[in-house]
Amino acid sequence: MVRESMEFDVVIVGAGPSGLSAACRLMQQANETEQELTVCVVEKGSEIGAHILSGAVIETRALDELFPDWKGMGAPLNTPVTEDQIFMLRNEEASIKVSNILVPKTMHNHGNYIVSLGNLCRWLGEQAEQLGVEIFPGFAAAEVLYNDDGSVKGIATGDMGISEAGEQKDSYIPGMELHAKYTILSEGCRGHLGKELIENFDLAAEADAQHYGVGIKELWDIAPENHKPGLVLHGSGWPLSDGASGGFFLYHTDDNQVVVGLIVDLNYSNPYTSPFDEFQSMKHHPVLKQYLEGGKRVSYGARAITKGGFNSLPRMTFPGGIVTGCNAGTLNFSKIKGTHTAMKSGTLAAEAIFEALQNGCEGGQELQSFTDKFESSWLYDELFRSRNFGPALHKFGPILGGGFNFIDQNLFCGKIPVTLHDDKEDYEQMLPASECKPIDYLKPDGELSFDKLSSVFLSNTNHEEDQPIHLKLKDETIPLNRNLPQYAEPAQRYCPAGVYEVIEEGQEKRFQINSQNCLHCKTCDIKDPAQNIRWVVPEGMGGPNYPNM
Amino acid sequence: MKVLVTVKRVIDYNVKVRVKSDNTDVDLANVKMALNPFCEIAVEEAVRLKEAGTADEVVVVSIGPKACQEQIRTALALGADRGIQIETEEAPESLGVAKLLAKVIEEEQPGLVIMGKQAIDSDNNQTGQMLAALTDMPQGTFASEVKIDGDNVNVTREVDGGLQTVALNMPAIVTTDLRLNEPRYASLPNIMKAKRKPLDVKSPADLGVELKAHTKLLKVTPPAERQAGIKVASVDELVEKLKNEAKVI
Ligand SMILES: Cc1cc2nc3c(=O)[nH]c(=O)nc-3n(C[C@H](O)[C@H](O)[C@H](O)COP(=O)(O)OP(=O)(O)OC[C@H]3O[C@@H](n4cnc5c(N)ncnc54)[C@H](O)[C@@H]3O)c2cc1C
Ligand code: SF4
Repeated sequence: MVRESMEFDVVIVGAGPSGLSAACRLMQQANETEQELTVCVVEKGSEIGAHILSGAVIETRALDELFPDWKGMGAPLNTPVTEDQIFMLRNEEASIKVSNILVPKTMHNHGNYIVSLGNLCRWLGEQAEQLGVEIFPGFAAAEVLYNDDGSVKGIATGDMGISEAGEQKDSYIPGMELHAKYTILSEGCRGHLGKELIENFDLAAEADAQHYGVGIKELWDIAPENHKPGLVLHGSGWPLSDGASGGFFLYHTDDNQVVVGLIVDLNYSNPYTSPFDEFQSMKHHPVLKQYLEGGKRVSYGARAITKGGFNSLPRMTFPGGIVTGCNAGTLNFSKIKGTHTAMKSGTLAAEAIFEALQNGCEGGQELQSFTDKFESSWLYDELFRSRNFGPALHKFGPILGGGFNFIDQNLFCGKIPVTLHDDKEDYEQMLPASECKPIDYLKPDGELSFDKLSSVFLSNTNHEEDQPIHLKLKDETIPLNRNLPQYAEPAQRYCPAGVYEVIEEGQEKRFQINSQNCLHCKTCDIKDPAQNIRWVVPEGMGGPNYPNM
Repeated sequence: MKVLVTVKRVIDYNVKVRVKSDNTDVDLANVKMALNPFCEIAVEEAVRLKEAGTADEVVVVSIGPKACQEQIRTALALGADRGIQIETEEAPESLGVAKLLAKVIEEEQPGLVIMGKQAIDSDNNQTGQMLAALTDMPQGTFASEVKIDGDNVNVTREVDGGLQTVALNMPAIVTTDLRLNEPRYASLPNIMKAKRKPLDVKSPADLGVELKAHTKLLKVTPPAERQAGIKVASVDELVEKLKNEAKVI
């Protein structure tokens, strides 16, 4: 069967805050000027929001611009932040509460809202559909299509109904080609096609190495007497050790629920580090336990974040399209917020594309106008001011780096006249196992801490079983022949879903990939020291089904 | 021949169902919903009959709040021709559903009605049977094969320990079992086309049916949680534990 094709003015890959904001803004402009415009969004999750996992305390700046009356329209922003608390966890018992005066300004959350980003996306999706956008959940963009002149022509969705052995099953239907004048890639952190485009068009030529973290999060029902709606906790320290850094969050939302999570920077060096186990241990600290105790875990998930910020930001335009949001790396790490910036980059892309189409452009161009709009926007200003935050922490450590950030953010408003760089890739930081100590993690107690399998169960993740494995090894021998002796195969520990296992059967060792469990967090694609694992999209619909994450 | 297919919006089978903390019901807030898998099989069977030239129109009907139009659209994307939504806020009981469907049958006069044998949310497995009684139509439940033979439909039923084939005079009611067929995927162009297919909305009052509740949901409790297992090092240790700790041997 040959692939059919459909034509659109704009095709958007990924229904996260960035892609949906772009879609809404495009149709708003078209409706205002009574122009015909066809916009389609493909989303690999089974529904909008199914693959969205975030904190999230969000700033409403971009939403205010997109839908000034979002309150009246019923956007699900129900819990304003009432109080910020920041802690340094010293050890398993002790902590220091950081006085508000010592906290960099960017970490204050007054005026922000605690939301489920998944639910906000569900709402944005409804708005987009009402404005006339075609949204296709359950369809993954699997391939970039190019015109003869090298510009991007659109994308193709993946084939459905291929067996694990690569044969066509009865249910086989070939993918569809979606052609567009302009394609927006808003796949979020480490997008599978975004990565290809950044490489193909050498978009990161002038940028520092990109940096990442992996965020692991749970949703809890807690005892009503422990619930303080609007309270926001952040902090760092214990149990992270041995060169691993990161930060936790615990937000009190509505309905007697809290979200709790840990973001571990992926530049850690000890291959024995397990972000999952760090997170499970951390919940035993009194600062967190006081709220969780007696509660019940409702949901679990994980997702990587792009945190290199301004210095690592690639060029976002290429002939025929734009990479937006976390796919490019617009997250502001000094605030650990990427939602408002992802949304803003999406609306700027929509404005540049709409303008080009209105000027009679036939598509395929590289839109300098986007870069101009971006550079004169608050988004650029905000990212520029925060450019030193991450590198300072990487270079000087949490204490001195934190001091630098305090001075930079509070006294110079982010305009300290130096720029710090951090140009080593995260995967290059891994030290040989022989130079590191194995870490003895706490055994889960089944009340506050849990094992990986019962956690993955709560993510509702599922993949059609008989399909090709979507975690591709460039060289199948590397896990056992190189990664195992050198790094004790860290995939067993960095994957928060237990997808990778080294199984010993007598004398024989086997590397097993349980791809059905994959949460689409992308950590393996980022952290494998041999850069041997390539995450590609599985059959559409596959992956987690997060409610309220 | 016209085929009528009934579809229900239910919690997606991938979702781990969670009971609300006050035990009043299961939690459906922002949970992924989907077409009941048995109904999906029913739609597939009807569409295959149409493709084979046996049926000339496939009508889908769903009863529920506006959101169930999503499942009707899914059925239309799979190949059904038009949809009917009967708008109700609450979830009616099986008998109420059967009464509404009986009225739809009166209006539509289908040659064949295909339904799921049960919905995976309440697992009642009774609506098809009730509908057959109300309409005085023959029924072939738990179908794993459906063959049209002139004015008859031959239905192979999955019964305990084997298969039973019955011949029914049409119009008849068939309820589907898992092995009847493997539903197709909806393609993108068909999903787009489905948005433009006709979908009528009716109320129970339009059909002259008054919904009554005969049962009351008292309480929903989750099953007892399984205790975490342990690994034993040897058969001896296993025997020892079964004997002394579990005291089962
Ligand atoms: C644990 C954690 C906590 C966070 N906390 C906060 C916070 O408190 N405040 C804040 O503002 N930000 C926070 N962030 C960051 C924020 O979530 C991201 O910056 C934001 O989600 C980025 O939006 P996006 O639209 O670029 O990408 P995403 O939200 O990642 O959305 C991308 C979408 O594209 C889909 N997709 C990807 N590839 C394909 C493909 N090939 N085909 C089809 N669909 C595809 C995905 O399924 C997904 O739905 C947090 C992130 C994490 C992980
Ligand atoms: S396999 Fe990779 S993408 Fe999937 S959950 Fe594990 S680390 Fe994340």
